[in-house]
Amino acid sequence: MNTALSWIKAYVPELTCTDQEYMDAMTLSGTKVEGYARLDKNLEKIVVGQIKKIEKHPDADKLIVCQVDIGGEVIQIVTGAPNVKEGDKVPVVLDGGKVAGGHDGGPLPEDGISIKAGKLRGVPSNGMMCSIEELGSDRNFYPEAPEMGIYIFGDDVQVGADAVEELGLRDTVFEYEVTSNRVDCYSVIGIAREAAATFRKPFVLPEVTVKGNDEKVEDYISVEVQDKELCPRYCARVCKNIKIAPSPKWMQRRLAASGIRPINNLVDITNYVMEEYGQPMHAFDLDTIAGHKIIVRRAKDGDVFRTLDGQDRNLDSDVLMICDAEKEVGIAGIMGGENSMITDSVTTVLFEAATFNGANIRKSAKRVGLRTDASGKFEKGLDPYNAEAAINRACQLIEELGCGEVVGGMVDVHGEMKEKVVLPFEPEHYNKLLGTDVSEQEMLNIFKMIEVEYDVAKGTLTVPTFRQDILRQCDIAEEVARFYGYDKIPTTLPNGEATTGKLPFKLRIEQKARDIAEYCGFSQGMCYSFESPKVFDKLLLSADDPARQAITIANPLGEDFSIMRTVPLHGMLTSLATNYNRRNKDVRLYELGNIYLPKALPLTELPEERMQFTLGMYGDCDFFDMKGVVEEFFESIGLHKRAVYDPNAGRNYLHPGRQANIEYEGTFVGYLGEVHPEVCDNYDLKTRAYVAVLDIPAILPFATFDRKYEGIAKYPAVLRDISMVVPKTVMAGQIEAVIAQRGGKILEDYQLFDIYEGSQIKEGFKSMAYSITFRAKDRTLEEADVTSAMKKILNGLEGMGIELRS
Amino acid sequence: MKEKLEQIKAEALRQIEASDALEKLNEVKVTFLGKKGELTAVLKSMKDVAPEDRPKVGQLVNETRAEIEKVLEDSVKKMERAVREAKLKTEVIDVTLPSKKNKMGHRHPNTIALEEVERIFIGMGYEVVEGPDVEKDYYNFEALNIPADHPAKDEQDTFYITGDILLRTQTSSTQVHEMEKGKLPIRMIAPGRVFRSDEVDATHSPSFHQIEGLVIDRHITFADLKGTLAEFARELFGENTKVKFRPHHFPFTEPSAEMDVSCFKCGGKGCRFCKGEGWIEILGCGMVHPHVLEMSGIDPEQYTGFAFGVGLERIALLKYEIDDMRLLYENDIRFLKQF
Repeated sequence: MNTALSWIKAYVPELTCTDQEYMDAMTLSGTKVEGYARLDKNLEKIVVGQIKKIEKHPDADKLIVCQVDIGGEVIQIVTGAPNVKEGDKVPVVLDGGKVAGGHDGGPLPEDGISIKAGKLRGVPSNGMMCSIEELGSDRNFYPEAPEMGIYIFGDDVQVGADAVEELGLRDTVFEYEVTSNRVDCYSVIGIAREAAATFRKPFVLPEVTVKGNDEKVEDYISVEVQDKELCPRYCARVCKNIKIAPSPKWMQRRLAASGIRPINNLVDITNYVMEEYGQPMHAFDLDTIAGHKIIVRRAKDGDVFRTLDGQDRNLDSDVLMICDAEKEVGIAGIMGGENSMITDSVTTVLFEAATFNGANIRKSAKRVGLRTDASGKFEKGLDPYNAEAAINRACQLIEELGCGEVVGGMVDVHGEMKEKVVLPFEPEHYNKLLGTDVSEQEMLNIFKMIEVEYDVAKGTLTVPTFRQDILRQCDIAEEVARFYGYDKIPTTLPNGEATTGKLPFKLRIEQKARDIAEYCGFSQGMCYSFESPKVFDKLLLSADDPARQAITIANPLGEDFSIMRTVPLHGMLTSLATNYNRRNKDVRLYELGNIYLPKALPLTELPEERMQFTLGMYGDCDFFDMKGVVEEFFESIGLHKRAVYDPNAGRNYLHPGRQANIEYEGTFVGYLGEVHPEVCDNYDLKTRAYVAVLDIPAILPFATFDRKYEGIAKYPAVLRDISMVVPKTVMAGQIEAVIAQRGGKILEDYQLFDIYEGSQIKEGFKSMAYSITFRAKDRTLEEADVTSAMKKILNGLEGMGIELRS
Repeated sequence: MKEKLEQIKAEALRQIEASDALEKLNEVKVTFLGKKGELTAVLKSMKDVAPEDRPKVGQLVNETRAEIEKVLEDSVKKMERAVREAKLKTEVIDVTLPSKKNKMGHRHPNTIALEEVERIFIGMGYEVVEGPDVEKDYYNFEALNIPADHPAKDEQDTFYITGDILLRTQTSSTQVHEMEKGKLPIRMIAPGRVFRSDEVDATHSPSFHQIEGLVIDRHITFADLKGTLAEFARELFGENTKVKFRPHHFPFTEPSAEMDVSCFKCGGKGCRFCKGEGWIEILGCGMVHPHVLEMSGIDPEQYTGFAFGVGLERIALLKYEIDDMRLLYENDIRFLKQF
């Protein structure tokens, strides 16, 4: 909300402070000022001059030479402006002065434009006459300014006076950010009340008196509200003999500063009152109201209504309508209808000041696809008491501005009016909540400024109706805090029962995952949780893959962000491809992020969120580098047993011969592999890439940070090497399973130390060699122990078609 | 005999002196001291010596042996040292050549900032907790004093899955889960992902992170809120950081505030970084609304509390001077490597 400081000062006449002081103090008391702009920025040495004489320029057809009285002195100014004549009073910037912009009304230069005396085509010119654009404004806000040429004052200004002052530009416009709970502050009066309380100056409300004529409004109009829940109050007054004319300059200036274009007296008055009181009003041409009757009712499903902007709006039975005896004339609280709109030929006006159910207006504005200044205010739920004050203020202005004749009386239809909130005055409660020691008297002073009434006898506080945000003691405490000053509240630390700060086990495991990944050269990426349903095809998922069962967002930002991911690879592959296509070499990334697995679709309960530790890399690396990272991580979180790598993982997005599911103690905990080349193509990743995905919830039950020292072996180990010729189809994992199973208690370790395929070995076979370590904890092994264990192992291996080499 | 020994000794010392390699010294040792060496030969000829002279001769032989051994040992040491020094001289390297690093990866700036925040609050006795990303409307809105018709529901541009299930718009939802557990007092922070329907640009993302804080205990005051967050700001941004609390409005806290910190770039004088204001808005906070406590089964007459919410990306962007939020989700290694 933008408002000129001069308008605020109209209600806080004793307010004196600099613009910056005003901004700081208002912000600290809760009316946040986003910024301010001085309207006279870069306007220097500009006075009202009167053109005494105009002559042609001797050397230029389009220029004229003017003698201009600037108050006690006449100066010569050469101009090309087409619209001036002798006797005109105009703004004149003198030699050494400044204007805000050029005459074409483009963006204003930061430092303005300096004006110096000089010669134009050989004729001396000692200043410049200004257009409204050069003064930093435009015809939207100064409709009386000519389309082209110099601004011309009315006759009432003094020659030699400060032209900037005369134009109402000695002012500052403040921009406020009003919080949604403070409906009352969406008005000049509301902000002025806050300003008065902030600076502890008297607050002076405009005195509203309407004379009204001897007629009765009831003879002109009747009002029937069929849905009082959606329309708690409807006030109507009538003005006749309307004379449409421009509104006075002071009103135009205030509206202009608020960003509202002045139009004519009638429109300007309704806009002015909306700004001043925060109460939107509507004016109907009474001659268009059939039966001179207003009916407030719901629309019917399927109705179509043309608003005054010429658009047809689709309605339903939740939209509240203002109707006459025959037809709908406006959408309540949003916009009037074309059929009843005010034209310049209007003679009798029906003013409406009503309040509507905020939530309903908000919904209706969405339904009809139209959010207006009025609906923006109504949807916050306005104070029904304010409607009466506002309509009377509008009628007062009609009379004062000579815009028409106000018919006596007001039609006022309302249900039971909400009672004022009354709370016991509990100073201790407020101090206890705030941690302060504010005196009772200080609190009462604050309440007085914000019009909260204190009843000494009852010990109660009565909240004014415009403060709809004050309902409980904590709201009162906030008022005390705001005007006592947040900055004066002490700073302490909670001193209750001691608590232990901690990171839960899952997060500690995630922290370890980050440490290990980074130790292994992986940097952390972050990817979105939602992605495109096209991802499944990019990853070659089969039509019946359960991963295709994804949660769909009802109102996504677009298809690309419309489903919650069920596989964490899309983000990883996209990030790898981004890096690859930016020519980054040897990239290793990891991510810790959730996948979202619905229990049923459509969703009836919350999905399962599973934290995935995803690793991806390309460049100088292979499958076994990735496997190494997985094992480093497992060891770091206490998974000391050997994981099983099952090549029959069946994942379409991975290389069919280079993928494995990872099982730990018979439980699936993740998978790894080389990315399928077709998937790489789909991601525009023109290199081999490797990924691993570890399912943190599956790993957690096995993870531990407990460690136990098992002693350093006291007895010697016995080493045996075996060398084998193995069918290619037999995997190392199978051989190791035999060794582990048959090695017995004395088996300590086994390591593959050589593997070879090639010309030395017969077709379809490979040579492999293992080193096996035996050791007993309690004795030195006998030859017989080892021989027996080895025999069992060798027997097992021979059963797999393995030949032992000598 | 004595002369003979003198001769042997003189010859041994001469040969030691003449040796220019360790092998040669070894030869000397064998020649004179070895089992078939000259001194051994002398001992062997003891049988020719008169019995009464034998101890004396024996002593003489031992003395000679000791003398030769000593000189020999010294020479060996000296020569070994010389050999080592010569070797060291050949082993000079260029220490300014590039290092061999285990190429470590880098943490995401969001995580670095998060771990900082976690460290500070864990130190103050807070527990880190988590809540679901996909959430019930009740926890995200209603239980936080944002009923169905509340305008704040519009302001937050919520992604809905069904009428009742949504992507949480704020980590404040975790407050409610913690309060419902019924275990008091509470001191928690809840970091997590939140979602709002904002188009991607330099300062917006439809998915970002918040850290929620909640303290509930007997006698918690607004002053405690101020003190705690001031401490937090000093820890995070430096000990000279000043804080400013401005009144604000959140449906689930009352009184509410926004906290600004003095610009850590210019110290509050005003610079381009803080847009000349000297202050930077950092978080929203307030005293937990009694109705929020009531809805979660906590008696507001017995307990009070404060809550706050910090944007993690906001902290990361400010602290590390990152000028475009999109960088945080592109995962370009050239960006990540700088953290």
